[in-house]
Amino acid sequence: MSTDALRMATPATGAAAAHTEVLCAHCGLAVPEGLVDSAVERQFCCTGCHTAFSILHEHGLDSYYGFAERREAPVRASGRSYEEFDHPAFAQLYVTRTPAGLARTELYLEGVHCASCVWLVERIPLLQSGVLRAELDVRRSLAVVEWDLDVTPLSAIARALDVLGYPPHPFRGVARADMRKREDRAMLVRIGIAGAIAINVMLLALALYSGELDGMEAQYTTFFRWMSFAVTVPAFVWPGRVFFTGAWASVRTKSLHMDLPIAIALAAGFVRGAINTITGEGPIYFDGLAILIFALLVGRFLQQRGQRMAADAAELLHAIAPDTARVVDATDQIRDIPAAALLPGMTLDIRAGETFAADGVVVRGASSVNAALLTGESRPTSVAEGTMVYAGTLNVSAPLRVRVEEAGETSRIAKLLRQVEESARRRAPIVQLANRMAGIFTAVVLVAAAASFVIKTQLNAPAALDDAIALLIVTCPCALALATPLAITVAVGRAAGNGMLIKGGDALELLSKPGTLVLDKTGTITEGRTALASWVGPEWVKPLVLALEEGSSHPLADGFRRAWPGLDTPVVERSQHVAGGGLEGVINDQVVRIGSPRFAAEGTTRINATVAAALGAVDKTQTPVHVVVNGELVAIAGLGDRIRDDALRSLQQLRDRGWRTVMLSGDASDVVASVGQTLGFAAHDAIGAASPEDKLAFIERCKQQGTVVMVGDGVNDAAAIAAASVGIGVHGGAEACLATADIYLTRPGLGALVELTEGSRRTMTVIRRNIGFSIAYNVIGAGMAVLGMLTPLIAAVLMPASSITVVLGSWYGFTFARRVAGNSAGTAPAALTT
Amino acid sequence: MSVIFLVLPLAIIIVAAAVIAFVWSARSGQLDDLETPAVRMLRDEGR
Repeated sequence: MSTDALRMATPATGAAAAHTEVLCAHCGLAVPEGLVDSAVERQFCCTGCHTAFSILHEHGLDSYYGFAERREAPVRASGRSYEEFDHPAFAQLYVTRTPAGLARTELYLEGVHCASCVWLVERIPLLQSGVLRAELDVRRSLAVVEWDLDVTPLSAIARALDVLGYPPHPFRGVARADMRKREDRAMLVRIGIAGAIAINVMLLALALYSGELDGMEAQYTTFFRWMSFAVTVPAFVWPGRVFFTGAWASVRTKSLHMDLPIAIALAAGFVRGAINTITGEGPIYFDGLAILIFALLVGRFLQQRGQRMAADAAELLHAIAPDTARVVDATDQIRDIPAAALLPGMTLDIRAGETFAADGVVVRGASSVNAALLTGESRPTSVAEGTMVYAGTLNVSAPLRVRVEEAGETSRIAKLLRQVEESARRRAPIVQLANRMAGIFTAVVLVAAAASFVIKTQLNAPAALDDAIALLIVTCPCALALATPLAITVAVGRAAGNGMLIKGGDALELLSKPGTLVLDKTGTITEGRTALASWVGPEWVKPLVLALEEGSSHPLADGFRRAWPGLDTPVVERSQHVAGGGLEGVINDQVVRIGSPRFAAEGTTRINATVAAALGAVDKTQTPVHVVVNGELVAIAGLGDRIRDDALRSLQQLRDRGWRTVMLSGDASDVVASVGQTLGFAAHDAIGAASPEDKLAFIERCKQQGTVVMVGDGVNDAAAIAAASVGIGVHGGAEACLATADIYLTRPGLGALVELTEGSRRTMTVIRRNIGFSIAYNVIGAGMAVLGMLTPLIAAVLMPASSITVVLGSWYGFTFARRVAGNSAGTAPAALTT
Repeated sequence: MSVIFLVLPLAIIIVAAAVIAFVWSARSGQLDDLETPAVRMLRDEGR
């Protein structure tokens, strides 16, 4: 293992950071100034990365660092014990036995991105004795692990994965995934067989057609016809059977479905072809029919895959609240227990930086809580004894003791997630345009065939039956069945290349016409993190502020750190954190107090003149932070959540196209109103202080008036996203929100929304054009069949020609731009961490 | 030309063999995940 394989930086970040920045040896991101230790060769941005590096190095796995593409995110080990993974109840639910006597389970891993992750996760057997196999499915982030129960418990394996930055979660959908896998394989087998048969029948048909032109001895013609028949039969009894069962279901439920006209055409063609084979006269149709089955199966496969993605990933919902909690028993002993075993009345110990596992009342301690996940409120709220805290929210600043009130299924977050699941289920799938047309189409074709047959027999025209059958075959809605799924698949693929992951084709249909667009504020319209927005005060105060804030995990401290990177900080002699107020410390014999105006006022004896002038002009949307040095108020900082650069322009464009835009946020009303004014929202369309339940109700109300699109990023938006006609999760959002969204934007900013609506509109145009083409072909074919002009050769050319037109139309039709410049994952490495 | 009576069924038998091989590979799960094996083989010297 050579150290030259150890790249200190990725090309993207390397150039920008050439001057002073030191890059983490593990993740390649900048190392914070305070952590740089010039005495050692390698620098790390956090202890997580350091630990991961040490483990890899010890086991000789340094070649991990040779990958061109690897995770550009600091390792965030949760440090949990994963004790619950060893619980018998857990084993019963998730662990199976292999024939060789090993235990086997599937784990959903957070933070899986790329090739290097596959490599690393599959080296777990080297890191953890007892593990015999680990295999990662990178697309689904699922790892299959097989291990020897006598050698190692599952919790040890889970810890090993956690340390490397892939916190594992049990995968609850094993049974469903297995069923789906079986379905997928059956579909693939059908397509493969249909394809092989279609090609071979086509080769035989080629010989027959050229024989017709140049002359062919009768014995060979008969032989080729019988061979075609023999090869086509399996296509009908195996892959083609799905259309007949589908048509039968459609007849039985009296709902017209695309399968019905297809089955009629297939049956008519097959029976007629078989009879003609036996009698040795007339067209046999087998080539066209075999291709038809193949093409239709491909179309169906594309459609099914699109719908699959929509149903996927609901599993992630369960990953939000922690799986374990630390319970304090009567003798003040603390032990870890699974969150599922929590009961009302128990007392929990929650350290700073941890997530609450249950709803409860604070019984000891005071701290601040970030409930952004649940309420969308971006500023932490302070809690003290007697305050209610909720599962899934984050304890920011100090340890707390909490008495459990509601746990598990009855907690607020669990109820919210249940609503999410229900809304997702309730949403009826949109009947595809083509399917709606198929009903009318079937009726018209059947009537036309019958009429043609009756009229021609009345007129004693020759070959009345043959012409009627030719009509049925040539009007098989093959191109019609392909029109929608093909156009949608191509559009979804292009959109994905542009950073918009679309899970269901119906979202495109809904987005093509203007409706109501509801946006969350925090993280959607704004950047979702605290940044320094204003600073009134002299330069010399900045290092003092930074020195004190450096050790704080408070979000506001984060804002200072980001605002002044690389500032030299003096040594803090003494510092103290006052919960719900601020920080106090001694630096160079100066007493420095930083915090809320009320906290700072306690130590203030005089106010600096320039600061006094600025006191009156504080922006209401910002959180004010006052800095007091030796009793003098010397500086005021305003921290706030910055509005995204492209927000106003994008919103304006959407409004121009007829969308009604609404901002719906859990944040304080005055903040929302102020942001709404800046961005041109109508006063009644900038709604603040909305709880997740309020958001859901609002969406339900708007839905009565038409299409509602909900754009959000947090769990607090998840229910609303699921209930909306189209839910959109934005870049960096919570996984639960992404799981329920129909569309997920992988690039920051609201510009994607404009592109999305435009692309949807164009996609619908392509679909309509496709349908128009396929119907035109069918009308021409039907006309020729009725007139008796349809020779088998013309039929054989016409049918694939219509499908090819649709394929080309979908491929070359302009929906989403093929690629957008600068849209590479490497441009925003920090954003990948979520 | 009468050799076609022999060659054509033979060709069909070969196709059938290919189809059977495909069905076997699909059913044994070799085509389930087409993404991961592609990145897995990039660096396999550690095994």
